[in-house]
Amino acid sequence: MMAGRRDRAKSLVTGPEPGPETSTDASGPRRSSLLEVSDLRIQFSTDDGVVKAVDGVSFTVDRGRTLGIVGESGSGKSVTSLGIMGLHSGGNARISGKIWLDGEELVDASPTRVRQLRGSKMAMIFQDPLSALHPYYTVGYQIAEAYLIHNKVGKKAARAHAIEMLERVGIPNPQARVDDYPHQFSGGMRQRTMIAMALSCDPELLIADEPTTALDVTVQAQILDLISELQEEFHSAVIIITHDLGVVAELADDIMVMYAGKMAEYGTSEDIFNRPGHPYAWGLLGSMPRLDQARTDRLIPIPGTPPSLINVPSGCPFHPRCSYAATTNGRCVSEVPLPRSVGLDHEVACHLSIDEQRQNWADLVAQAAPAASHGEDT
Amino acid sequence: MQVTQPDPARVSSTALMSVSGLTKHFPVTRGVIFQRRVGLVRSVDDVSFDVARGETLGIVGESGCGKTTTARMLVRLIEPTAGQIMFDGRDITHLRAGAMRPLRREVQMIFQDPYSSLNPRHTVGAIVGAPFRLQKVKTEKGTKQSVQELLELVGLSPEHYNRYPHEFSGGQRQRIGIARTLALRPKLIVADEPVSALDVSIQAQVINLLADLQAELGLTYVIIAHDLSVIRHVCDEVAVMYLGNLVERARRADLYERPRHPYTVALLSAVPRPEPLQRTQDGRRDRRERIRLTGDVPSPLNPPSACRFHTRCWKAQEVCRTVPPPLAELAPGHYVACHFPENTPAPS
Amino acid sequence: MIAFLIRRLLATIVLLIVVSAITFGIFFLLPRLAGQTTYGLATQYVGRNPTPATIHQIEQQLGLNAPVIEQYGRFLRAIVFGEHYRSGPVVAYCPPPCFGYSFKSELPVWPQMVSDMPVTASLAIGAAALWLIGGVAVGILSALRRGSIWDRLSMGVALAGVSLPPFFTGLIALELFSYKWSIFPNVQYVGITQNPLLWAKNLVLPWTVLAFLYAALYARLTRSGMLETMTEDYIRTARAKGLPERTVIIRHALRAVLTPIITIFGMDLGLLLGGAILIEYTFSLHGLGLFTIEAINNQDLPEILGVTMLAAFFIVFANLIVDILYSVADPRVRT
Repeated sequence: MMAGRRDRAKSLVTGPEPGPETSTDASGPRRSSLLEVSDLRIQFSTDDGVVKAVDGVSFTVDRGRTLGIVGESGSGKSVTSLGIMGLHSGGNARISGKIWLDGEELVDASPTRVRQLRGSKMAMIFQDPLSALHPYYTVGYQIAEAYLIHNKVGKKAARAHAIEMLERVGIPNPQARVDDYPHQFSGGMRQRTMIAMALSCDPELLIADEPTTALDVTVQAQILDLISELQEEFHSAVIIITHDLGVVAELADDIMVMYAGKMAEYGTSEDIFNRPGHPYAWGLLGSMPRLDQARTDRLIPIPGTPPSLINVPSGCPFHPRCSYAATTNGRCVSEVPLPRSVGLDHEVACHLSIDEQRQNWADLVAQAAPAASHGEDT
Repeated sequence: MQVTQPDPARVSSTALMSVSGLTKHFPVTRGVIFQRRVGLVRSVDDVSFDVARGETLGIVGESGCGKTTTARMLVRLIEPTAGQIMFDGRDITHLRAGAMRPLRREVQMIFQDPYSSLNPRHTVGAIVGAPFRLQKVKTEKGTKQSVQELLELVGLSPEHYNRYPHEFSGGQRQRIGIARTLALRPKLIVADEPVSALDVSIQAQVINLLADLQAELGLTYVIIAHDLSVIRHVCDEVAVMYLGNLVERARRADLYERPRHPYTVALLSAVPRPEPLQRTQDGRRDRRERIRLTGDVPSPLNPPSACRFHTRCWKAQEVCRTVPPPLAELAPGHYVACHFPENTPAPS
Repeated sequence: MIAFLIRRLLATIVLLIVVSAITFGIFFLLPRLAGQTTYGLATQYVGRNPTPATIHQIEQQLGLNAPVIEQYGRFLRAIVFGEHYRSGPVVAYCPPPCFGYSFKSELPVWPQMVSDMPVTASLAIGAAALWLIGGVAVGILSALRRGSIWDRLSMGVALAGVSLPPFFTGLIALELFSYKWSIFPNVQYVGITQNPLLWAKNLVLPWTVLAFLYAALYARLTRSGMLETMTEDYIRTARAKGLPERTVIIRHALRAVLTPIITIFGMDLGLLLGGAILIEYTFSLHGLGLFTIEAINNQDLPEILGVTMLAAFFIVFANLIVDILYSVADPRVRT
């Protein structure tokens, strides 16, 4: 199944315009994914107990492709990305599993090595660009700082590079704006600055954690376009973390749906939107009002609330909120469902059989359709 | 519970709330002893709309458009600079605090952040029961019972009476907030971003709850939101604001199917759609056709002249910079403030 | 930036005038409102056993029976331009800034304060440097090793520093280091120009005792500021860039933590006279602190007025410096 994903990546690379740096592989003869995460677990010990923020997650991301990680608050999507960057720590965190970045293992690597890779080979942009930028330094300084630390260049060259990056991300008049402070920028320009900073060392992996959540709709569209354009230009692998299914549909090739620190479903974005197999994915799609479909009278919410990560429900963590949990003779309560392949590159962690999954999804679609037809008042 | 579409007969022509020329300017001053005015934030400028009984009006717009200021003026948390607010046939624009008191029973507000809008030191019972105490309302079965009934109404358990807000999740807190606003059986509820702080699955629960309550109690809502899909789901009538101006107002279906103001068109096309995009043959990603607005929303401090959207509008002409477009009824019930509206047959 | 400076400077001058008016009011208007006659006021200016005639003469001479507003004008004029005092045929010129003559020594107030200033300044500057560097360093280390033995120990000591009065710690320090072990025997002020080494050596104890009081406070402030700042998003960004932890702490975290500390530091420097009084008294250093005590003991009105105005000036001046530093440190304050 992993081989399938790799094959497709290969066909992408051998397409009409392979990037010069990706045509040969430095890490060995076997062409591997840029990022391979295997059985990643991150736990935090708190006064109330052990928080299992990420609980056995595996996935891969190839160069030039985008993985969307979707989930609600507390699903572990952000901690996963921080774990890859080595930024999860806080003294009381425990991480296990393997993270391979371009053939180099990161979980057991020295903190100094991970730090060297941060900002150069892998970079990250965050949700709220106002609080993520230091209020006391100019945007130019903050971009140049990232460049200086990973390249043997002088301050002048770094500043010139900062101006070039600002221009690249579409800041008008970058020569003058380079000496501005973050508070003098608008929200969209701040996020552009964050992107310029992240891309200043030409990273191969870019992680964007809710990059547009704090922005207005029209500005969000600009930033999404920008990320997509720059990815094509830099041919980097991108992980986009969001709760907004619209945003992932816009950017992602593959999607991983997370729930309570575990992977619920993984597939191409077509799989997730057109053939979702996990009841949680059905719930997410059903509970979302959509502009691209006829208006329905009623949304279908997921009952209950997300579980606490200290007391994760036994078996399938989603079973207390799942309306199909009763149909599996208690397996959902007693047994943790493991990810199962239900199609090419499509995995679902659910006890329902593939046929049941298909049937239930078809029923749900059919239920929604007639309601929609007379739902719109025109 | 079955929710029905608003019956056209029930929608009376007399509006529950009627707002005309509503304006709020915040002066920007500098200096402590010698204050001088250095600018004027035109937060809301000449906004007019009606809210029909039993219906939901949605006010949508991006940051700085004045939607929250408008909401707060409707419930009289902010004093308007100019304009008139009529509620149930009475002019409430400048009512004094004492005269407002009975009105506070009829107009209630739901806030965005369910974490900061509930006092963490009070029990749920005290929070939901507060309106009874403040308004000195005697309930038939006693406050406690009434509060427990309210909790049940919003889908919480009556046993939650003695718990504290921190024991609840975001969605449950928002339910507590809703229970509080319902305590005095208001006629109008103004909700400022009631679901934007909530997770998607919880958002749907609260949206459905609001719809159920409206059907059951005959409530009228004004809902402020930035999310166009949420607004489309919950509202009968939609008003679009940009930089303090109301640029378009229409029935829901009209607005979403035939948006006429270029800003509305751009706003709708900017919303990311949850449909996957295909890769093309050469591995490039498809891009959705969309109207791309450049730049950010300008500052409401000294906004652009005439039509405030002209700096970002692809149709802008000289007239847009000099003559403010009036809010004109281009089709029945469809008001647009634009010199060159979209989806409108060109005048011959 | 320049406009900002000019605005702040003008505001400072206005503030000083207001402060002088209030101070003057306390000493000259309040007694009158409380029913004291100008004759009674004049009695304080004359030596022991005065005759009513001399009192009247003084009353006339100092213009005490003039309207208060006029006296205030003269008071201000004396500070800015100096004043000629006529005592019989002798005309004494008191150069600006003139705060009049001491009751006790009959010497002009200002030169006395000037001669006492180096002692207090030496004490203040040395102690301030010590507590700022020491307090911030301890605070950072505590924050970075939160919960460690070091953290708990230094915060315990800090608590002691805040709660123990300096005359107590001063006396203990004197007893141990001066008398018992004779490490710093014979603490007395030696001018820095005369013998810099001895100047420093003699001041080590007073510096330490005074700094201990403040360092404790600064350590706690830095620690809590540091703990808060390290959770900020921009610290995560700095780490995500791949900056070494040392750079993250010093350049990104400390920069943010120091800004409010600078503010408090400036205020503390301005208010230091209070701390100096206790230290100078304990170590018998003749600086402005002791000057103040003596002035109060002798009810020496011109001296008290002078020292009050000087203290007020320092506070206002420190405020100005803080404002300027703050605008340099935090770009958001400018414009």
